[in-house]
Amino acid sequence: MTSTIEETASAPADVTRGAFDLEWGDLIKTGAILGLGLVFMSLAGMPTGLDGRLLIDPFLSLGYVSLLWLPLIVGWSVANEKVLEGMVATRKSARDVVAGLVVGAIGGAGLSLLIVLIGAFDIRDPLVNWNEKTQAFLSFQRGTGFGVIACIVVSALLAGFGASLHLMPRRVRRAIVSALLAVISVAVFESFLVDVADPLSFLYTKTGGLLPLWAAVVAALALAMTLSGGGERIGQARTNFQELTGPAKTRQNTILIVVSGLALIIIPMITGKITQELLANVGIFLLLALGLNIVVGLAGILDLGYVAFFAVGGYTTAVLTSTNRGPDWPEWFPTLPWWGAFLVTLLMAGLVGLFIGAPVIRMRGDYLAIVTLGFGEIIRILFLSDWLSGYFNGAQGITNIPPADFGIFEVKGTDPRSVFYLVLFFAVISIYVSWRLERSRLGRAWMAVREDESVAEAMGINTVNVKLMAFVVGAVLASFAGAIFSAKVGSIFPTSFLILVSIIILVIVIVGGMGNIVGVIVGSIVLVGVLGGPKQPGLLQEFSEYKLLIYGALLIWMMLQRPEGLVPNARRSRELHQDEFLQDAWLKGKVDDADENGNGADSGTVAPGLAGGAS
Amino acid sequence: MSHLLEIDSLSVTFGGLHALKDLNFHVDEGEIVGVIGPNGAGKTTFFNMISGMVTPTSGDIRFEGESLVGLDPNQVTQRGIARTFQNVRLFANMTIVENVMVSQHCRTKQGVWGALLNTGKFRSEEQEIRQHAEKVLGFFGSRLVGYRLEQPASVLSYANRRRLEIARAMATKPKLILLDEPVAGMNPKESAELTDLIGKLRSEWGFTIVLIEHDMNVVRDVSDRVVCLDHGETLAQGSFEEVSNNPDVIEAYLGRPLEKT
Amino acid sequence: MTTAVRVKGAGRTNVDRFLTLLRVFLIGLIVVGLLAFIWQQIDPGNPFARWTHDGEPANRLTADQFQGLIVTGLSQGAMYGLIALGYSMVYGVLGFINFAHGEVFMVGAFTGFIMANKLDEAGYWEGGAFIPAVLFTVLICTLVATLTAVVMERVAYRPLRGSPRLIPLITSIGVSFFIQNAVILLFGPGAKSYPSNPDWLGEKRTFLQLEGTKILVIVVAAISMAGLWYFVERTKTGKAMRAVAEDKEIASLMGINVDRTIVTTFAVGGAMAGIAGILWGLLFRSVIATTGFLPGIKAFTAAVVGGVGNLGGAMAGGVSLGSAEALAPLVLLEPLGVDGVSQLRDAVAFTLLILVLLVKPTGLFGERLSAEDRA
Repeated sequence: MTSTIEETASAPADVTRGAFDLEWGDLIKTGAILGLGLVFMSLAGMPTGLDGRLLIDPFLSLGYVSLLWLPLIVGWSVANEKVLEGMVATRKSARDVVAGLVVGAIGGAGLSLLIVLIGAFDIRDPLVNWNEKTQAFLSFQRGTGFGVIACIVVSALLAGFGASLHLMPRRVRRAIVSALLAVISVAVFESFLVDVADPLSFLYTKTGGLLPLWAAVVAALALAMTLSGGGERIGQARTNFQELTGPAKTRQNTILIVVSGLALIIIPMITGKITQELLANVGIFLLLALGLNIVVGLAGILDLGYVAFFAVGGYTTAVLTSTNRGPDWPEWFPTLPWWGAFLVTLLMAGLVGLFIGAPVIRMRGDYLAIVTLGFGEIIRILFLSDWLSGYFNGAQGITNIPPADFGIFEVKGTDPRSVFYLVLFFAVISIYVSWRLERSRLGRAWMAVREDESVAEAMGINTVNVKLMAFVVGAVLASFAGAIFSAKVGSIFPTSFLILVSIIILVIVIVGGMGNIVGVIVGSIVLVGVLGGPKQPGLLQEFSEYKLLIYGALLIWMMLQRPEGLVPNARRSRELHQDEFLQDAWLKGKVDDADENGNGADSGTVAPGLAGGAS
Repeated sequence: MSHLLEIDSLSVTFGGLHALKDLNFHVDEGEIVGVIGPNGAGKTTFFNMISGMVTPTSGDIRFEGESLVGLDPNQVTQRGIARTFQNVRLFANMTIVENVMVSQHCRTKQGVWGALLNTGKFRSEEQEIRQHAEKVLGFFGSRLVGYRLEQPASVLSYANRRRLEIARAMATKPKLILLDEPVAGMNPKESAELTDLIGKLRSEWGFTIVLIEHDMNVVRDVSDRVVCLDHGETLAQGSFEEVSNNPDVIEAYLGRPLEKT
Repeated sequence: MTTAVRVKGAGRTNVDRFLTLLRVFLIGLIVVGLLAFIWQQIDPGNPFARWTHDGEPANRLTADQFQGLIVTGLSQGAMYGLIALGYSMVYGVLGFINFAHGEVFMVGAFTGFIMANKLDEAGYWEGGAFIPAVLFTVLICTLVATLTAVVMERVAYRPLRGSPRLIPLITSIGVSFFIQNAVILLFGPGAKSYPSNPDWLGEKRTFLQLEGTKILVIVVAAISMAGLWYFVERTKTGKAMRAVAEDKEIASLMGINVDRTIVTTFAVGGAMAGIAGILWGLLFRSVIATTGFLPGIKAFTAAVVGGVGNLGGAMAGGVSLGSAEALAPLVLLEPLGVDGVSQLRDAVAFTLLILVLLVKPTGLFGERLSAEDRA
């Protein structure tokens, strides 16, 4: 079995270990963690809650998928060995599959134990999902005895399969993975696909779920495409694109921007309301995330009260446009059209940015985080309070906010397409602002402050002013979102501005990649588009109950495994992995210790006059 | 006659410890002054105080006749004093050219609007910043220019980091540069070369220089005048020969001979 | 100590002027509020009170009400203090804010709810069995909270040791989010009610007519604090903790197991939060998954008010914050004619945090941090 394996690592794979030559202690530990994870998810009610949603009618529900991906991934990672430079990679062999099987079986045993325990004890009182439903689900609706064995077997097989992926030739592995992903995404994004292109509904049953036949077709298509080398060709095209330089690159970039711009304008015209609403929500969070990206990503200020600026933007627009604002506003106080209110909103957000920024700007980074969080809460409490209810209507909020009227077209919540276009317009502005500022004198100063504040100050940068500027720019960008939000929803309540929103925006920025505009865009699409915002549903509407848990888990996982985000900014990832980076650079001979040794390429580059003068 | 930098009975205490005690010192325009002294003598504190990172307990620092006491470090830099750090502190994740560009911050003034509207002024200023940065980096031969410009500072060797720090200080367009152990960690060949460059900093760029250094060869070769500090007090001032032969200085470095105690 | 405190003189900027204004405003608000309160107590119908209350006389606070506010403030403050100890110790040792510490407290309160409910069903939550039952509950809560804190350290923070200081802070936000939502999913989203305390506890007793529950809270907090003080100042492990807080590297060179000491720090902090959790349950008799958030942030505020890293300060900070929160709405804001003052309690706490950081950033009793954390 071992000799046929194509090895992906470049290092020679000499070491083959016997099938049962395993690190049992580690395996048991990993298996136990897997088991705990499975039990936790079962008790959290994720599988049972999602069981009603069929993916492939009638075999597979989202519930099972939400549970069973875990052994698969754990199996894969058990057999995944990090090969460091200078280490000899062991040849993947039956041993790895055995390891996967063992881990999977231990994890599955956790579920079996849960099945038995649910039968034996009744602790339903605190644990809401400790019930027959969970038990029946875990036993595949076939009785406890069957379930106990089935859990172990299924989990072991999945983990073993995950591990065995390492043994397959690369192309086969890719094909299998893409077929799996294709089927699952076509099934999961059912409502979205049907909304985009109604004729696609022939793929699905009336009650939801892919028809088995079509599932097979989708899988076959994906298999065929990957096997025929589609994946490699795409990869090749991407490398080609990345290696372009100079004018060719600029041209390519222009084409890319024009094409995606056109796509963004056209897509909402052909899709249904669900997609338009989704795109509008993604856009609003993108605006917020772009602003926070300047504050956190560029200037390195962890602002946890960012939602305050969103709130100020929303409330200022509401107060200036609504006919139903609080009764205590003086007679002369104007009611403006949306765009007029918008201009005042920008000013107001900038002022509040200064007001909040000034006291916190000299504080240590972590104190600043908590104090800004405090400010965020204070602002929400004030909007909510009876004290100011004469102005902001307290918990009742401000309603009757008219749509934004631009003469030729009106932006209102019932027409998500119009909201999307408005959001798109401001997103383009925000992206432009971020892009220009990052490459300016101010952007460089922000980065210097992020890297080392006291040195930046010693180099002549007025750190207080520069950081305040970041605060203000961030606040203004957030107020864009606030102004649009109030026109979109038509009413505004303090509960729309919980600290939760700040944290979700932070997760978007971090998951996408701090300090990176493309990363932030990807982050908003992936998180808000797929999982959903704090109150806005995403593509995976079924997950709305679990999305906050997922946000939390994602934040931890990203920080531990990939702090640079999905689309890393080269600088940022260097900062976060500096040791590794230096080590790599050293191994590749990039660090110029050459001129210390006097024998590298650099030694010849010393100006002759200097070299002579030195001796 | 007024000096470029004049320090008048300067003292600082950290919780009862006299880091500097009643220090008098001056630098004239165009001078290179070496500051020596054993470890813990208060040399870096002295620099920190001039550059505004530490506020003196008493005394006065005057630069071109105006007091620097109470100014923020960035205001001191604005007045024309730049410095390097003993433990090299670069902006490690910015590129080499950005490191130098960012230190021209206080000499330039384009803000948000210029950047957003991409005005002609903004573009020409950016170009000037870039050109000046490349010119400054070119001072160190071809080590820091060319393909290096766009590399992050973190890939540089130790000696090159020190050079980049000096370049960064030069780019703030100062009158006075404070160099904190510029050749520490360099081999003899590199330090000899840098000694030469320090001379050129004055002759070609017109900077006045104060440097802290432990390498006596460098101090001898480059300084017009040497000051020796110990326990926050001035032990001796004068030419290198005078200071190096001063018995108090020898005692501070080598300790007291046994028979004297 | 290279980054010493700067005395602003020649370098005053607009930001400094604004901050001075803000300080003057906040302190002025306190002074005016206090004066208005005193005048109102002397003469509820005084012209100022009439002016601020739309022509009506103000409500004079009775001695009983005032005493009630103080006791409420003290007992809440004692809880904030207990939670603050965990923040303070972790900040002292690792130099980062463990944002998820409030969730440890919540886990303690939740465990307390489960235990109390089960014990109540078995008939132990009343009469003579109550005291042993409470002690047993405290023990279990402490254990579970400690375990939570230790697991948290192991899973989320240990791999991040040595990374830039905002990274563990962001991670701890994730941990907090995760625990909160895990509890919602496992135990349901609704508020959980503790069984009612036995009547003899709720009675007002002793010569000051204090409520028994509040006395219990204050006493338990005081005992825990004393125990912690003994542990940190008098035992070998405590000495190791202080050494690690001062300098991790040197401590490990001196033969101290830094990892174990850090775990101990989390464990002890978790235990204190667990105790605070059950006390919260006894006092408010209700717990919900988001219970940990606000008390957590406020406890951090308390730690800052008292001076981070300073254990006595954390407790004192907790008590000051608790009292300020209880008193300020009625004593400072009500006399100024602010409506619905009780809604502003949380805002008062955060304003106090801002005020302390503006006026005395090292806290009322001074920070005790290692040199690198002060930077």
